[in-house]
Amino acid sequence: MRPLSYLAIFAALGVFCALASSGRAQEKPDAQKLPFTPPPMTAMPGGAFGDAVKHGENIFRHTTIYASSAIGNKLNCSNCHLGGGTLANSGPLWAAYTAYPAYRAKNQEVNDYVMRLQDCFRFSENGKMLPADSPIIVAVEAYSYWLATGAPTGAALAGRGYPKLPAPPAPPDYARGAAVFKTQCALCHGADGAGQYTRGETVFPALWGKESYNWGAGMSNLNVLAAFAKANMPLGGVGMLSVQQAWDVAQYIDSHERPQDPRFTGSTAETRREFHDTKFSMYGATVNGIVLGAPHP
Amino acid sequence: MNSPACSTTGKIAAAAVVWLAIFGAPAFAAPPDVASCSSCHGADGMGNMSAGFPALAGLPAPYLEAQLANFRTGMRANPIMGGIAAHLTTAQILSISAYYAALPVPQKPEPAPLPHGPGAALALDGDWNHTPAGVPPCGSCHGPFGLGVGETFPRLAGQPQAYIAAQLADWQTGRRKGGPLGLMGHVGGKLTAAQIDAVAAYYAALSPNPPRLPKPGASE
Repeated sequence: MRPLSYLAIFAALGVFCALASSGRAQEKPDAQKLPFTPPPMTAMPGGAFGDAVKHGENIFRHTTIYASSAIGNKLNCSNCHLGGGTLANSGPLWAAYTAYPAYRAKNQEVNDYVMRLQDCFRFSENGKMLPADSPIIVAVEAYSYWLATGAPTGAALAGRGYPKLPAPPAPPDYARGAAVFKTQCALCHGADGAGQYTRGETVFPALWGKESYNWGAGMSNLNVLAAFAKANMPLGGVGMLSVQQAWDVAQYIDSHERPQDPRFTGSTAETRREFHDTKFSMYGATVNGIVLGAPHP
Repeated sequence: MNSPACSTTGKIAAAAVVWLAIFGAPAFAAPPDVASCSSCHGADGMGNMSAGFPALAGLPAPYLEAQLANFRTGMRANPIMGGIAAHLTTAQILSISAYYAALPVPQKPEPAPLPHGPGAALALDGDWNHTPAGVPPCGSCHGPFGLGVGETFPRLAGQPQAYIAAQLADWQTGRRKGGPLGLMGHVGGKLTAAQIDAVAAYYAALSPNPPRLPKPGASE
C-alpha cells in the first residue's frame, strides 16, 4: 500500500478509537486482556535510578509543587490518573508505558512514550513543550518504566486508559448535566468548577477555567471525560453515576471556557476543523452565547 | 480622660481585663451557650486528647452546624451529644458553630520525622484493592496533612486518636450516618480494624496548624 492509504486507514482507526490515547488495545474484549499488577511502592529501588523514580512519583502526585515551572494550571497528574498512576481504569502509567511507540490520530504520527508525556504537559497541564531530555520528563519516564516492571510490551493490558463507555441512551444534555454537577460534583470541585485548595495546594482539581486543562487535552473530549467520570468519580462513591449521567455531566463540564488550545491557528473555526472535528469536542460551539475556544480580548 | 464616655470605656476595659484573666481570651466573645461545650471541648476549643474529645476550634461553621443538627436528629448516635443537642435551638446551633469556627488554632510544627507506616500509607495512597471501588487516600478529601478542605471536609490533624477511631467505627456500624453524598459511609465500611487504628494514630500525630507545610512526598 502507498503511504497515503496507510494514512487513510490509520485516520479511520483514529476515529473509531475516539479516545486517541487509548489506541488499539481498547478494541479487545476485557476477557482477552492481560491482567497486570504494578510493584508496590515499598519495592522502589535505591540508588541513582531509584532517586529518579521517586522524583518522578513526586512530580506525578504533586505536579504543582515539583514541576511548577513546567505547567500553566493547578492540576496534578494524579488528578486524572488516580492512585499516582497505578490504578487500573484510571489511565495507569504501566499500561501506557508499554503501549508506545504507537500511532496517534491526534498528531498523525508515530509517537514514542516521551512524546506522549510531552503532550500531557502541553495540553492537560497547560504547560510548556518540555525538551525530551528535560529532568521532569526523564523522571516521569523512569517512574512509568518502573511501574511497568514485568509488563509485556505490545500486549493488551486490562485496565488501560479509561473503560470505553457505551453510547448514552439519550444524547448528552447540558441541563441534565448541570443538575448532576450540582448534586454530585460541586461538593468537591466547587459550584464554579474552580476546584478547592488548602494552603495553596490542590485538593480538588479545577474542571474548567484558567486553572484547568486546556482545549487540546484529551479530557476536553466528552467521551474521555465521561469514561473517566463513570469509572472513577465521585471518589469513594464510584458507581453513583449512571452512563447517561456521566455523558450529561461531561457535556456540562466541557461546555465551559478553559485555556486555549496551544495549536490555535488564529481562528476558532479553523482550529476546530483542524484539531477538533469530532462530535465529542465542544470547541468552537456556542454555549450560553459564548463561542467556546474563541480568543478573549 | 474625665469625660463620662472615657470613664465608661475605662470600666469596660478593666472588666475585660478581669474577664480575660479568668476565662482566657476566647471566652471573652463566647456566647453563653458554649459554657457546657467547653467543659469537654476545652476553653480554647482544642478538645481533650486523653479523654478523646475532639477539637472544634477552626472547624468550618457549616460542618459544625451539620454535626449538631445530626446529633439532634440521631443521624449521629451519641448519648452525650444527643442529649445536649436535643435542647439546642437552631439559633444556638448557629451561634455556637460560628464561635468555634472563629477560634484560633494554636500553631505547632509538624513532627519530625513525619509519621510513616500503614496509617500514612492509607492517608496518602489509599487502599485501592477493594472491588468494585477502592478506598481513596484520606488526604484526597481531608487535604494535605489532614488540615481539612473548604467548608465540608473537616480537619483530622491533631484530633484525638480515640476520637478518629471511634468515628470510623461509627461509620461502619451506622451509628454515624449522613454526611455529603454518604461518602464516609462508603469509605468507612471498607476499612479493617487495623487500618482504622493505624490511620487514627497517623492523623492524631499531625499538627492541627503547622506554621509551614512540609514538602509532600519528600522521602528522598
